[in-house]
Amino acid sequence: MRNIGIAIVFFALWLLMSGIFEPFIIGLGAASVLLTLFITSRMDAQDGDRVDLLLAPVKYTKYLAWLMLEIARANWAVTKIILARDMPIRQHLFKTPYTQKTDVGQVIFANSITLTPGTITVETEDGHFLVHAVSYSEDDPDALADMDARITACETAGGA
Amino acid sequence: MSALEIIINLLSWFFIVSGSVFVVIGAVGTIRFPDFWSRLHAASITDSAGMILLVIGMCLQAGPTLVTVKLLIIGVFLFITGPTSTHAVANAALVTGLRPPEAEGLIGAEPEPIKPEGDDDA
Repeated sequence: MRNIGIAIVFFALWLLMSGIFEPFIIGLGAASVLLTLFITSRMDAQDGDRVDLLLAPVKYTKYLAWLMLEIARANWAVTKIILARDMPIRQHLFKTPYTQKTDVGQVIFANSITLTPGTITVETEDGHFLVHAVSYSEDDPDALADMDARITACETAGGA
Repeated sequence: MSALEIIINLLSWFFIVSGSVFVVIGAVGTIRFPDFWSRLHAASITDSAGMILLVIGMCLQAGPTLVTVKLLIIGVFLFITGPTSTHAVANAALVTGLRPPEAEGLIGAEPEPIKPEGDDDA
């Protein structure tokens, strides 16, 4: 059952990527899908572990929209620093605690920090990230705590 | 050319030109900033604003075709791999002992010492 679902998704992806609907090309696509299915089912025999996306879809979509706004604002801030005559940079490496329980949630938080220009997640440690800011202000930890709470709210279950 | 086409064309050029401007700003920042750590931040402008605006502009140029689907898929992948590669570079610098220069009056956090390989179970 699961294999049929994978086959449909892969074949749809092939059609979208190729866009050529000749029998020969579609045949190649079908062959590739079958080969991929064979490999993935063999991999499952070795390792049945799969990643669960424990995210609330509507909340996560809202979060993405909010993240886009944040990216726009952060881009503008760093652009002003680059173009300013005296370049007011104030570098700082600081700890940011995270509250996500799932791996996926933590990855989303760390990547969101890096995606907004001006802050980069440098290292992950137990319970917190090391974050480097190019123009650190005293509000930065609060802004990151707000982002942290928004992502934690998207999680549906507390897996480990 | 109908009015709608002209509007879409103008919008798409607005996105493409502003995306290119951000790519150039990222390049300027990479040169102007004084050290490794701040230069990473300048490069991430090219990664986020430049990439997003250019993809949106090219989608508007392509219209409702398969090309748009491919562009969106490229955008999603860059959205995930961009920060991941930035993190990999920054992390490599930190692990090899390069510390960011702290601004006046700020004390940087020290990373926990890295455990030697194979010592995790001890």
